[in-house]
Amino acid sequence: MNHNMFSGKNASLQKGVPDKPRMKTTQILSRLWKYLYKFKFLLFAALVMTVTSNLLALAGPSLAGNAVNAIVGIGQVDFQTVFRCCGLMIICYALASLFEWLLSVMLIRLSQKIVFQMRKDVFDHLTTLPVSFFDRHQTGDIISHISYDIDTVNTSLSSDLVQICSSVITVVGSLIMMICINPPLVLVFVVTVPISIMFTRYMSKKVRPLFSRRSAKMGELNGYTEESISGHKTIKSYHQEETMNNRFSTRNTESCDAYYQADYASAGMGPSVNFINNLSLALISVFGAMLYLFGGRFALTLGDLSSFVLYSRKFSGPINEIANVISELQSALAAAERVFLLLEEKPEAADAPDAQALTVTNGEVEMEHIRFGYLPGQEIIHDLTLKADGGSLTAIVGPTGAGKTTLTNLLMRFYDPDSGTICIDRQNIQTVTRSSLRLAYAMVLQETWLFTGTVRENIAYGRPDASQEEIEAAAKAAYIHDFIMALPQGYDTLLTEDGINISQGQKQLLTIARAMLLDAQMLILDEATSNVDTRTEIRIQAAMRQLMKGKTCFVIAHRLSTIQNADNILVVRDGDIVEQGTHSQLIEKDGFYARLFYSQFS
Amino acid sequence: MKRLLQYIRPYLMRMSAGFLIKFLGALMDLLIPWMLSKIIDDVIPTGEVPYILLWGGLMVVASGMVYAFNVIPNRMAAHVARDITEEVRMDLYEKTSSLSCNQVDRLTIPSLISRITSDTYNVHRMLNMMQRLGVRAPILLVGGLIVTMAMEPRLGAVLLAMMPLMGLTIWLISRKGIPMYIETQKRVDQMVQTVRENIVGIRIIKALSKGSYERERFDGVNAALSRQETKAGVTMATTNPMMNLFLNFGLVFVILLGAFLVNSGITKIGKIIAFQSYFTIILTAVISLSRMFVILSKGTASADRIAEVLDLPEELTPMLENETREEAASPDEFIAFDHVSFSYLGQQDNLSDINFTLKKGETLGIIGSTGSGKSTLVNLLMRLYDVSDGQVRIGGVDVRRISDEKLHRMFGVVFQSDVLFADTIRENIDFGRKLTMQQIEDAARQAQAEEFILDREGSFESQLAIRGSNLSGGQRQRLLIARALAGQPDILILDDSSSALDYKTDASLRQAIRENHQKTTSIIIAQRISSVMQADHILVLENGREIGYGTHEQLMENCAVYQEIAGSQLGDGKLHTPGKKEEDQ
Repeated sequence: MNHNMFSGKNASLQKGVPDKPRMKTTQILSRLWKYLYKFKFLLFAALVMTVTSNLLALAGPSLAGNAVNAIVGIGQVDFQTVFRCCGLMIICYALASLFEWLLSVMLIRLSQKIVFQMRKDVFDHLTTLPVSFFDRHQTGDIISHISYDIDTVNTSLSSDLVQICSSVITVVGSLIMMICINPPLVLVFVVTVPISIMFTRYMSKKVRPLFSRRSAKMGELNGYTEESISGHKTIKSYHQEETMNNRFSTRNTESCDAYYQADYASAGMGPSVNFINNLSLALISVFGAMLYLFGGRFALTLGDLSSFVLYSRKFSGPINEIANVISELQSALAAAERVFLLLEEKPEAADAPDAQALTVTNGEVEMEHIRFGYLPGQEIIHDLTLKADGGSLTAIVGPTGAGKTTLTNLLMRFYDPDSGTICIDRQNIQTVTRSSLRLAYAMVLQETWLFTGTVRENIAYGRPDASQEEIEAAAKAAYIHDFIMALPQGYDTLLTEDGINISQGQKQLLTIARAMLLDAQMLILDEATSNVDTRTEIRIQAAMRQLMKGKTCFVIAHRLSTIQNADNILVVRDGDIVEQGTHSQLIEKDGFYARLFYSQFS
Repeated sequence: MKRLLQYIRPYLMRMSAGFLIKFLGALMDLLIPWMLSKIIDDVIPTGEVPYILLWGGLMVVASGMVYAFNVIPNRMAAHVARDITEEVRMDLYEKTSSLSCNQVDRLTIPSLISRITSDTYNVHRMLNMMQRLGVRAPILLVGGLIVTMAMEPRLGAVLLAMMPLMGLTIWLISRKGIPMYIETQKRVDQMVQTVRENIVGIRIIKALSKGSYERERFDGVNAALSRQETKAGVTMATTNPMMNLFLNFGLVFVILLGAFLVNSGITKIGKIIAFQSYFTIILTAVISLSRMFVILSKGTASADRIAEVLDLPEELTPMLENETREEAASPDEFIAFDHVSFSYLGQQDNLSDINFTLKKGETLGIIGSTGSGKSTLVNLLMRLYDVSDGQVRIGGVDVRRISDEKLHRMFGVVFQSDVLFADTIRENIDFGRKLTMQQIEDAARQAQAEEFILDREGSFESQLAIRGSNLSGGQRQRLLIARALAGQPDILILDDSSSALDYKTDASLRQAIRENHQKTTSIIIAQRISSVMQADHILVLENGREIGYGTHEQLMENCAVYQEIAGSQLGDGKLHTPGKKEEDQ
């Protein structure tokens, strides 16, 4: 991964709206087909079922035709044939319904399996994407891929697939029947069917971009909704509900318009095909009449003509249906395109093929001549070199925005430097596996993160095998045990990300307990206790120091009081280390650090 | 659903217009098979070619009308669906922003988001399909039945007899289906929640290499959702085959009965053939009805979820009486907490018996251990929650008597984990208040943010990334503070919002506030003694109780906890060491 990701050259999730589809329909279809193919047995069974149920349904009209032929006129009805045909019809229809039901169930299972797989693929892919991806994309828009877009594909798969399958069979079956009755009359379709197909293709080309736009607008709307609803409390406090409502209104209108435009354009598709069908009916009756009158070798009876008409209606019905679902299919294709483009986002660069697991012996960390910027041409870190001995405590201080958190990003390989190397115990971190590198650190960030789950699960997140004693010990060390015990269900109380009734400081303590439970060789504390009161902080530090014995630590802090006993204090300013040394050395030097330090008492 | 009907009502005229056109279209649709049977039964036997061509031509005309009368109302329907959805979604969003924090806590943010997005989408789909199929299909069905009845009442009656059976089936299935779709939407909520948590916590997840664990966790909710969708789908899938079965059986009876009728000379064979054509139309209509019916069930479930939010009572509305000064209020008080107690869940008190008064322009510092109720106190002052007991007054008036707008306009506030939007820096400070550029620049300067803003390309117009992720923690905090200062608030609240600032910046910030906002009454929550020690009053909280109140000097003398906090930060007597004078950076 590199910082270029920020420049937004990537395709799928960009703001704004594509003027034309980025993937070819065939590409999308072939990727969809891969999903279908995964469940080929189910698919095959479904096809068999479709054929059977449709053949049975097709047998209906033919039996009906026989029965009608037996009804000749007054007093001339061949009741035996009528009864026999009707009996067979009942059996056929009953079986057809049964198979149809089985088929629907099968197709629902199939489409659910596919959708499950798609959601899984998207989610799994998300977990491999670099951190920079999530820094660039609206949460709501990402969610919209996994909910709205996949749901659209699902709707289309589960209903339209049946429709198309059964339609194709019916069309083919009817065609065969019609050819049996009277081949020349079928020629009518030689004219009308290609017209239908060409027309549909033309319309699809026109309509697809509109559906892409509709999906994109939906994503934007979701992104805005998620962003603004998350800020509910702030918006309320500034009484800016109106403003936010107005902005929502704009996006809502845009999204509704995009929806409408796609609908408007595709509204003609179904009726057009229907029109062409009706046209062929008119042609059939006229030509049929001609054939009846002057047909010669191809002359047909009125009874034949009527069953031909019946079949041709059966024939055109499904084509009509297909035309109807084609517009839906377009929205499914547009949605599938968004999903596939997301799946094509580049994951974090894979570990080098010969990557070894990191082995930490001393925990010595060296950064050499590091240069880095999130955006090309905007370097944040210029030529940074530092060395942290194994088991030492390195504090990083400096004014805000100086690049302190960027160092964390680099140490953890959330981002890779543009140049320079970072080594741990003389192993270049770019040559070791990411997971071994990251697991070597316990990291506590200022931004707390808790997930839906019990307090216990949240603390034991990094070590699910931890015993209750260990969890409690960690909680006690983080001074959060008493609070937990006061919760309604103690350690089994359910927490949510937006959990109420738990303060920011308490959240920090929980994440500290989580880190304490980890058996990592190195520690990164990035403003880990900024929302915790200082008395608690001092107690936690005591516990942490115990824990940190012999471990290499990086502490980013503003409260200089908390880092005075660091082995090495790095003073970062504008991406450069301007001073380093111990607290007393730096105070003596009377430079930037000293000023920073004394400013807290002025 | 009832709620949705209220939205549909104003559109009934437009819908009826579309309905009428569609009705004509459907009539034409029915006309075509009739024309066919006419041609076969009456026209062809005459053998007159022009006559045949005439009828063929008429059929083409009818087809053209069918086309026009379908496209036009479909577009009208799409427009109506669009308009209704826009309105519903807007109202839902507005309602959501007006919900009290308590209500949001209960419904949870992810669920609210998915109601605004995926549920309104389901409703849109439903409105669209209902009009498209919902008019055409019943007309074709009823029309088909009427025509068959007119043509041959005895045969028509057979088909008619099937209708109650089919109605019953639909009723039974929908009674089971709708709750299933409501359940499905709940599972969607859970799925969205999991994805959301993963996006927000991506750094921690990567740091702990918990990707595979999260994938498993997602598999769980994903599978649960799929199971529920399958269950609902399978239930609904019984509709179509049942409908086909009933109708096809009907057809068999028609032929049987027809055989007898023809035999006894009551009807003609052509009628039975035409009957079959109409029968196909009816069948198609029923198939699209049952398709529509799935969408209807899904849409109803979503409409119910939307209605649940729309129907929530308005909470925290101002009390009806005028803004009268309370008798208990002292003449010069501006902010007063009068024996205030509060509990979030109605069980344990999160704050109990808090008492203090501030004069205009005074500063209150609040300090206390984690979870002691500092932020809660702010929530009560801003009336984001209502007190359980006691009274919060601003300017001598109970906050419960002040209108929302007036109350909130008094404040400039930065919460602990506050939000920035993916918008320009200027807009993030302005926050929709239409402040002048001067105000924004002043606020940025006072918040010590001007320097870094001007350093950025585009300065005030530069774009923030999502959640402000292209800023450092301290830069984010300074922007938020600028936002709070920009409106020249009567009351400024900073809830632990300078924690990521270095001391120097923090000190300059406080100085700037002192100098430029003398009339502003400030409440500053902090962990650092240095942030509050100059305040006029300092409130020390512990476990929701007031354990110290006074100036820094007073508390240093009589509040053990305060001394301890001070000692922990200022340690070795440096408190009184005069610091070196700051120089320019």
